[in-house]
This record gives sequence, C-alpha cells and structure tokens, in this order.
Amino acid sequence: MTGLASPPLRTTVNGDGRAAGTTPGASQGRPRPRRTALLPTAALVLGALYCLLPVAWVVVAATKPDNELFSTFTFLPGDGIADNVTDLSAYRDGIYWRWMLNSVFYAGLGAVLSTVVSALAGYALAIYRFRGREAFFNVMLTGVLMPPVILAIPQYLLMAEADLTDSYASVLLPLILSPYGVYLGRIYAEAAIPMELVEAGRMDGAGEWRIFRRIAVPMMAPGLVTIFLFQFVAIWNNFLLPFIMLGDDEKFPMTVGLFTLLKQGASQPSLYTLVITGALLAIAPLIALFLVIQRFWSLDLLSGAVKS
Amino acid sequence: MPHTMRRSLAAATAVLLGATALTACGSSGSGDGAAAGSGPVSLTYWAWAPGMDKVVALWNAEHPDIKVTVQKQASGDDLVTKIITAAKAHKAPDLVQAEYQALPTLVSNDALADIAPDVAGVKDKFAPGIWQQTTFGGEAVYALPQDSGPLMFFYRQDLFKKYGLSVPTTWEEFAATARDLKKKAPKQSLTTFSANDSGLFAGLAQQAGAAWWTFEGDTWKVGIDDAATRKVSDFWGGLVAEGAIDNQPMYTPSWNKAMNTGEQLAWVSAVWAPGTLTTAAPDTKGKWAMAPLPQWTEGGSSTGSWGGSSTAVTTDSKHKKAAAQFATWLNTDPVALAALVKESGIYPAATAAQTSGALAKAPDYFANQPDFYTRAAEIAKTTAPAAWGPNVNVAYTAFKDEFGKAAKAKSGFDTALTAVQSATVTDLRKQGFEVAK
Repeated sequence: MTGLASPPLRTTVNGDGRAAGTTPGASQGRPRPRRTALLPTAALVLGALYCLLPVAWVVVAATKPDNELFSTFTFLPGDGIADNVTDLSAYRDGIYWRWMLNSVFYAGLGAVLSTVVSALAGYALAIYRFRGREAFFNVMLTGVLMPPVILAIPQYLLMAEADLTDSYASVLLPLILSPYGVYLGRIYAEAAIPMELVEAGRMDGAGEWRIFRRIAVPMMAPGLVTIFLFQFVAIWNNFLLPFIMLGDDEKFPMTVGLFTLLKQGASQPSLYTLVITGALLAIAPLIALFLVIQRFWSLDLLSGAVKS
Repeated sequence: MPHTMRRSLAAATAVLLGATALTACGSSGSGDGAAAGSGPVSLTYWAWAPGMDKVVALWNAEHPDIKVTVQKQASGDDLVTKIITAAKAHKAPDLVQAEYQALPTLVSNDALADIAPDVAGVKDKFAPGIWQQTTFGGEAVYALPQDSGPLMFFYRQDLFKKYGLSVPTTWEEFAATARDLKKKAPKQSLTTFSANDSGLFAGLAQQAGAAWWTFEGDTWKVGIDDAATRKVSDFWGGLVAEGAIDNQPMYTPSWNKAMNTGEQLAWVSAVWAPGTLTTAAPDTKGKWAMAPLPQWTEGGSSTGSWGGSSTAVTTDSKHKKAAAQFATWLNTDPVALAALVKESGIYPAATAAQTSGALAKAPDYFANQPDFYTRAAEIAKTTAPAAWGPNVNVAYTAFKDEFGKAAKAKSGFDTALTAVQSATVTDLRKQGFEVAK
C-alpha cells in the first residue's frame, strides 16, 4: 500500500543495492531509477481484496448471533462467536467435531500415502530408463487434465464392485494415486537429484532402495512437502467423492457434513450461523498446517552437494 | 470416541434384546417373517429432517427385532442423484426420505419398491391429493406421505390495518390490493414474485388445476404450458410488469430485510412459514396472520402445496416388509407423528395428526392466532392433486433460468413458460421416454 502513497519518481532499492525488479544482467551496472508502477499495484490490491473480502465476511459473520446475521451491517461484528461455537458443538451431540476428526484423518493419511506414492513413482520416472516410461508418464499427464469430479461416479461403481462403498477406504483409496503429485515428483526429482550422486552411491555399494531412502528422499524433501500440502488441501476441500461414496453421516468429512446443515428440506430454514462458524473453524487447521510446514520449503539440500 | 462406544453398546443391547425376544416368544405380533426367521433385522434410512434420529430411537426402543439407523443426508436434487447412483450399484439404503416431486424420477430409475401389499389400509389416513402423489393414481404404492406443505396466505395484520387493506379472498382481489397499496405507499409492495422458487410456482399452478406431467399407456404428456398454468403465469407476470409487486427472489438477505422491515406486507407460502419467518423476520413476531390462499373463483376452496416429503422403501432393501412396517409406523402412528412434529418441526401429512394434541398450540411466532393449526388442517384438506414427472429437476432449473430473466426484465412470462415446456419435453425425449405431442 505504501507504493500508492509514494511520489511516482521515488527510487526503490533493495538491500543488496540492486534496483528492485531489474534483471540480474541489467543490474550489473548502476542502480536504475524506477517508477512505482501504479497500475499493477492497483490491480494487485484489487486482487487481494477479491480474495480476502469473502474471508473477512466469514470471520465477521461467524461472530453474529442468528438474528443479526442478515439484519445488521455486513461488516459490523457481533458478539455471538462464543455462543455460535457452543451451539455448533452441541449440534447433534457434537457431530461437527467428529466430522473435523474425519477430515483430519482423510486429509492427513491420504496426503501422506499419496506423497509416498508420488515420491516413489516420480523418482523412478526421473532416474530409471525403462521401456514405456514416456508412455506411462504421458498417460499420467492426461490424468492431470482430467478433473477428479467426473471420476467420482465411475469410482463409486468400482468401489461397489469391491463392496467397499460407505467405508473410510472408499474415500482414501481413490486419492492415493494423484497424477499431479506424480508429475510434480518426477519434475522435482529430475531437478534436484544429480545422476552423479546416484552413481556415486552405487559405486559405494549402496542398494537402490538405500539410495532412494538416504539420498533421494532428503533431496526431494521440499518437493515432497509441496506435494503433501497440495494433496492435504485438495482432500480437505474435496466434496463430491465423499458425498457419493458415504451414506453414514458419522463417516462424513466436514465438507459433506456442513452441507447437511444447509439442506434440511424446503420447510426448514438453513442453519446459516452454524455453517458459517463451522466453515471458519475448518480453515484453522489448514492455516496451522501452513505455518508449521512452510519452513521446510526453504530447505535446499542440494546446495554444496556437487560441483557443477 | 464416545460415539462409537455408544453405538456399539446400543448395537450390543439390540442384539441381546433381539435374541431374548426370539427365544422367549417367537411371535411378537409384528408379523414380519424375515424378522422372526433370521434374527434382528437392521435397516438403514437416509433422511434429512432434523431430529429424525430421535424419532427413530422411539421405534428402536419398542422394536428390538427391527433396528433402524438414520443416516442424515442433505436434501435436494443432489440426494436424488446419490440415491439413483447407489441404486445402480445395488448399494442403496433400505429406506429413503424423498420429496414428492422426486418420486417419479426415482421410480423410473427402478430405485423404489412397490409396498402396496404391506401397507394395506393406510390409504384412508391421508388426503386423496397427497396419497395420489405417492401412488401416481394407480394401485402400486411407492412411498408413504410424511409431511405436506399446503399453501396459505400470510400477511402483516398491523400494516393491512394501517393502509386500510382487506384480506383478499380471490386472486382478482389480490391484484387490486397490490395496486391499492402501491398507490398508498409506493415504497412498499404486497409481495414479490420469486423466480428462484420453482416449487412455489408449481404449487400455485397446482391450485389452478394444472397437470404438468400425465401418463397414458407408454407416453408422457407434458402440460407445463397448459391453460391453467398460463393463467397463473399471466397473472403474476402482469403484476410484475406493471410494477404492482416486487420482482426480487426470496430467501436472500435483502428479502429477509424486506420481510423484517415491513417493506413487504404479505407472503404466499406454506404451512411451515412460521419457522422461516422466525429467522427471516424476527422483529415482526406476533404481527402476522394467516388466511386461506386467494381463489380463482369466488367462493372456491382449493390450494396447492410447496414442499413435503415421503418415506420410501428401496428395491435394494433385503427386508422390504420390515422397512414398510417401519414406514407405516413413522407416518401413521400417533406417537411417531407427535415426535415428528416436536423434533423435526414437520407438518404431518396424516390427517388425524393435523388436529392432534401435538399441533394444539399455534406456533410461537403466530401466538396471536391461537387457531392457526385448526385452520391449517381445514386448508390442508383442500389440497389439489399434483402431477409430477420423471424430470422435475430439469423443469425447475429451466424455470429458474427463464422466469429469472423475465422477472428481471419485467417483460411478462409468456415466452418463459413456453421455454420451460420445450426444455422439459426435449429432456424427456433425450432420456428415452415417449412424449405425446
């Protein structure tokens, strides 16, 4: 926001003495004065508002008691947040928290399993030369383009054949193989693991499994964290797959559970206050996860491992 | 986890009780062969009504040989899709709660069982207009009616007095009242026409005698643009076009506000309106009153319905007899119906229950009208039959699109109605049904 207020000809200089926004090649000369770009800044501020306003709405709306939700000014906070959380916890003997646990279970275990599979497959595709490798990879790529939504019903019918519908496994199994995760795994393994290192390992007598575990996995760690987070968020927000697969509401994840509060039949008012409070609480674990995990992103084990 | 523990305890108790019942006395009068022959029967029931699990707990306490588990679902078209998908895989639950207009879709997908032999004698407990919706006028019974939503006219008593308006008994008077109010208070409207609520429009057409889907031999006939419906759509389209009433959709924050501040003086709605008004217009509690829906002919008495649902047994159920027995109890037994009224807040379809003790007291919001439910029961008796087809969802979506555009443009609903008709016919053909021209 300061960019908007500053005079248009002010020069912004980074800590290392380079003018911000210039390419490394150009920066070898002297720092160049730079106009604060008003238009891009305005566009970015608009974009930020576009993303943040709905979140702000949820935060404010969750504080309002039932009768104020639609009657008071939209962004005027109420004082009902504690009551709302109590009501939500009391709703059907606290089934909301069960849904929350289910969501943690589906997203946590699903993301771990899918990260393991992506790491193994990505590593193999990047390091080994074998017949059909590209064909396999290309098929996986088409999987990336296929929206998971259209697969939900075929997956349901397959699960029904295996007699697995309405079980925890029915939601977990289809999520384990993630084409996008495998794709990311391969790209990351190719970039992060030098063949020399793998060969050095072989020379020293390490088996393939040991090389993967002791050399490749640590090097791929930042990429694996990314895959884990992507998958966690995707499963956390997944709606259609559990909606189709599950009949027992005690196995519902939060997304499907909250939906039942909204749709209780034409003659019943939707429980907006509870749903909004529930949605707000549902964001909390995601934010916590990002805060805890983001530091792993900066790890760069590759630096100093080999000379280039 | 307390839930799991409680559940397994309950299951264990049920098994124990069931075993005792079996050894102690073979016949407990339930008359269900499957239940007596192979130990306690376990049924799953997909329902969305709030508090249904508490009502079912009453059944489970009385019937250890048939244990019903409620699996709460979200209502609406998505649930119909889910049931059909499950039925295709033969994984559907034993019982489902289904809205009346969804029944033909479910039956044509072979998801619902005909339980006629197991529910003999139940027919008389319901108004003919309601019974017809679960039987399609034939001998087969695809569901038992649970709740109904007869249409009524709700109005602000205090504001009607203030502006010197009288309660309209015919639609002609209704239009005159709307115009009169606009003259006296241009900022206020009698009501709004909501293009979002296909169900309400269907109910209004039903009152006028429309038959949207009819079935003869092997062919469907779609009558969405029949004379009766056209009368209704011309009426509302005209009022919107001349600006006599508002054109904003219902159930939005701004509609809530209009109801709460008296910007709108009346609401054509169903018997469950008090519940909606409690949350939409909390400040006007006690200022509303209910009257019968305005009529098309002087002195007539007929109404449509909006909402309402039924209990159906699926073709996948392995214990259809037991399931039908439960459905009968749920929708005709006084204890069950009283619990449904109390826990789920429904308006029962069974006529005896409509005047029962559970509904003796008017809803809180309408405390000023102590005979609320007595009058409601009289109105419910006059519900006209409704005719639903296998693609109500398509017609409803087309209605929202076409009428939404027309209401916004205030251009009358003539072309919109034609468009809904042709969209529905086209879709029926595409689904492989024979459609009469």
